[in-house]
Formats: sequence, C-alpha cells, structure tokens
Amino acid sequence: MSVLEARNASVKRGGRTIFGPASVRIGAGEITALIGPNGSGKSTLLRLLAGLWRPDGGEMLLDGKAIHGFARKEMARRVAFVPQETQIDFAFTVGEILAMGRYAHRGRFSPQSEADRAAINSAATYCDITHLIDRAINTLSGGERQRVLIARSLVVVPEFILLDEPTANLDIHHALDVLQLCESLSRKGKTVVVATHDFNLVTRYVTRLILLREGLLIAEGPQAEVLGPKTIQEVFHVEAEAIPTKNGHPVYVFHQRT
Amino acid sequence: MSDAAVSNPLADLSSRSRLRLSIFYGFLLPIVFLSLLAGVGIGSTNISWSTILRVAEFKIFPQAWTSSVHITKADEVIVWLIRVPRVIVAFFVGAGLAAAGVLLQALFRNPLAEPGLVGAGEGAVLGGVISFVTGWSATSVLSLPLMAMAGALLALFIVYAMSTRGGVTPVATLLLAGIATSALLSAVASLLLSVNIVNWQIAQEIVFWMMGGLDARTWTHVWLCAPFVLLGIAASLIQTRDLDLLQLGEETAASFGVDVESSKRMLTLTAAILTGAAVAVAGLIGFVGLLVPHAVRMILGPSNRRLLPASALTGGAFLVLCDLLARTIHPPTEIRLGIVTALCGGPLFIYLLLRQYRGVAN
Repeated sequence: MSVLEARNASVKRGGRTIFGPASVRIGAGEITALIGPNGSGKSTLLRLLAGLWRPDGGEMLLDGKAIHGFARKEMARRVAFVPQETQIDFAFTVGEILAMGRYAHRGRFSPQSEADRAAINSAATYCDITHLIDRAINTLSGGERQRVLIARSLVVVPEFILLDEPTANLDIHHALDVLQLCESLSRKGKTVVVATHDFNLVTRYVTRLILLREGLLIAEGPQAEVLGPKTIQEVFHVEAEAIPTKNGHPVYVFHQRT
Repeated sequence: MSDAAVSNPLADLSSRSRLRLSIFYGFLLPIVFLSLLAGVGIGSTNISWSTILRVAEFKIFPQAWTSSVHITKADEVIVWLIRVPRVIVAFFVGAGLAAAGVLLQALFRNPLAEPGLVGAGEGAVLGGVISFVTGWSATSVLSLPLMAMAGALLALFIVYAMSTRGGVTPVATLLLAGIATSALLSAVASLLLSVNIVNWQIAQEIVFWMMGGLDARTWTHVWLCAPFVLLGIAASLIQTRDLDLLQLGEETAASFGVDVESSKRMLTLTAAILTGAAVAVAGLIGFVGLLVPHAVRMILGPSNRRLLPASALTGGAFLVLCDLLARTIHPPTEIRLGIVTALCGGPLFIYLLLRQYRGVAN
C-alpha cells in the first residue's frame, strides 16, 4: 500500500517561508482532514502532496521515492487533485470533462479505449452524474459541478484523492453529500485528504486530523485526541465550547475572545 | 443501475455530437468548394466554372489524357497564373490565422486572443522587414517566412511574460501588453525601413506587403506558405488534448499529467509558425483568428479536437470570400483585404470585450 510523505518540507515565497518545515505521513486507506484557518497552509500542503509544487526545503516522497523524480503522467495516475475553484468558463460537456481525466492513461495518438470508457462510466455512476453527461459544465449548479470534478478525479483511477475545500461553495445538503462521497471512496480503498476550515462538518467523516496554523503543523492524530477547545483556540483564535451530539462527535460553538 | 443503462448516455452523446459534426461538415465542405470556385471564377474578367475545371484538368493530369481539352492561352494565364495561386494563398493564410487563433485563445485562456491582438502579427512583420533590409530575402526565399516566424515567436514570449502571472491572464493586461508590444515592434520595423532604404522600388514593395493583402500572389507564395501552415495544423492536431486541459487552468492540466511548461512552449512555437507563414505571404490581416474560432465554437463547442480542423477550413473559405469581396466590391480599385476582415471582425471584438467586462462586473 502506498504512502505519501512530507519530510521537513518547506515552501518559500518572496524570500519568506510560508509553509513548514513540516513532516506528515498519509497512509493508505485513511481519510484525513487538513484543518486550519485561511492562510494556514492547507492548500500549500495539498499541492506539495499532489506534486504540483516542489518544496524549497526538505522532501516530498511517494513510497519513499522523491515525488519530483516521478514523471508527470505517472504522478497524475496515482494522485488526483480536486481544485477548490470549480468554475469553468468554457462550454465543455460533462462527458468531455470526464474524458479529459484520462489524459495520463492515453498516448498522444491512441483513441479512447474500452478501459477509458469503463473508467468514465463507473466514475459517472459512482458520483451520480450520468444524467448530466451531455450538459455543458457552465450550466450546472455548484453542487453538481463539485460532483463532476470529483468524478473527473476518479476517472484517473488514482490511489490518492486530494480535495481542496470541496464544501466551501456548497449549501449544507450538498456539502454533506460530497463528504459522504469522500467517506465511501475511502471505504473503497482510496486514500482521501480533504482540506477545509470547517471542522464541525468533517469530523463525522474523517479518521484523522492534521491541524495547521500559519504554515506550521500544530497537531495530528485521531480527532478524539487532537480536537478540543484548547487546540481550537490555539489554531483559530476563538473560544470553543463542545456540545455533545447523538452521533458521538461533539460540535463546537464559538465565542469571540475578549 | 445496470452497466447497459450506464453506458447509454455516453453512447448517445458521441452519436449526437457525431451527427452535429456531420451536419456541420455537410454545409462547410460545399461552401469551401464553392468559395474556391467563385474566387477563381469571379473578377475583372468572369470565367465560367467549366473553363476553370478544364484548365485544372489540363494542368493536373498528364498531357496524354488532356490532348483533347481545348482552352485559350488567356484563360490559362488568368486562371492558372493569377487567380488560382491567389485563391490558394488566401485559403492557407485564412486557415493558418484561424488555427493560430484557436491555439492562442487556449494558451491565454481568453477568447479575445488573436495573432493581431497579442503582438504575434507585428512580430512577424518585423521579422519580415529584417529579412528584406538585410537582403536575406534576396538570397533565399525561405528567409522571409522563417524570419516572420521568429518575429512572431519573440513577440509571443514578450506578451506572455508581460501579461501572465501564475498562469492567469487578465483581459486588460493581455490587450495592453499586446498593444504595447505591437507598437514597439512596428516602430522598430519602421525605423529599420527608414534608415535602410537603398532602393525605392524595394521600399515600396515592403510597405505594400506591410499593409496586408493578396494582390499579385504567385505560385512561389503558395509554396512559401502552404507547407508551413500544414505543418502548423498537424502539430496543433496532436496537441488538442493538452489544449483542452490547459483551457481549464494550468494547475488542473498539471494535476492530470500535462507537462505544462513544455506544452506551452510547443503551443507558442506552433502558433508562431502559423502566424509567421500567414504574415510572410499576406502581410498583417486582422480579426480572422478571432472571428472564425468564435463562430465555429458556437456551433461545435469548445473541444479543440473538433474546433481546430473545422476552424482551419472555415478560416480558409472565409478569407477566400473576403478577398473576393475586396477585389470586386468597388471595381476597378481593390479594397485592402484587412479592411474587409476588420469590418467583419471589429464588431464581434467589441461585443466580446463588453461581454467579458460585464461578466467580470457581475
């Protein structure tokens, strides 16, 4: 089983260190949430893990080998990335968008294969978007677009799926739909990482939390160990009060610190 | 849901888009053929289509087969030495500019990108002027298109570096960078011309070429332009899947396995080859690369695999018809070809610009 790893990875922009150094290990089959306020480095860590950015210090490893040593296509076949921005201005159909997800599996001159079609079909079914297949992407609602982009990442048949703020632009109903989709993917053996600032929403669905603040790792582990009024105050600068719920995970309400 | 029920929507999609594509080509191919025929037949002397076909027959097939074909010397000269090369050059220039437009629009992720607006056109003109004033164009005919391509490439690199930050190209920055670079390059071209005038006749030839147009094109121009346009279109066609993904954003493209930097370099080079080949034989002709891809995209959608060949064919037919209009609308004078294309493309450009700004405002 594959492992994605950051070892003392850091990122510099304009001479300033904006992330790290931090070490993180994402093991196979887990569903992990990267939690932190805006600017805490969630997206940066996600891009490092996806191999989209190279660390300025330390190293990023996939199965113990440096990520930047992998060919771009090889990386794309194993690690899928779902961007936060789902807006697409061109009138591609959903079917065309999904077909693009097979880029790394097809040679430049090879036509669409049976395997390509099968991957597209099963991803569309899994994300329940078969009825949208010939709609133009720019005519869909936010929730539908998010499902299409998750389906596009499944078309790759990756081992890892990294999602950047997948619930940020969605109403609560669609947000829970998307998180349930992520949970079911991890049960199917995919390793899922979700970056979000909304920990109340994700705690039900994830097995492990990584807390970030100002580009540094604050805590990591199972949520019962990691999440509490104290760590929330440390990370988000608000006073948090735990309220028990019937599903066993407390939700937090916040009070402005005086 | 069963597998059969799942695969149906996808099968429907491909058959429906195939039908749409067949209907499109069902209209386009006759239009292409008729525009070529009209381009050759209509002019200061009208020539019947049967004469055109007879001349073509006479020229294309071996002499033994065509000994019975009867044509006059005058018809032969008008059709084969004057009209046919001009129409073929018009077709390839239109095809090249339209294909370059498709590439640039995907590369800049902006429907307003067009060879004439992002500096590539003026860059090619500068390259052409350099090849004239240095005398290289007299040594080798190939130096004109090659220098035009080099100029277009240089201009594209400058504009891209100026207008794109982190893979994002704002419209305003793109247009300003395009205008600034065009102005600079065309000033350099004019300067080179004014300090290097050795021969009044050569200078006149250059100025005439810079204004853009297709008068007095010969078979030499066909051979200077057509191979490069075909090369550029072939190179574009093998990059259509990179283009599709780049159009969705560089980060998305990279995450699906596109080697973004090398892909962008290849696309820029291809766009420069297409622009340079067109400008080398016809000077600067604006708006074809804007108008044609836009119209085709409205019918066939944004998928570059369908858009590119369809735009190239449409662009070819469009420019042949524009040229026909330019030389027949006000006889005996010929209107500059660029005026006709600007009259067609200008309003569309303004419409697109307004729509983009309204979109941003919302």
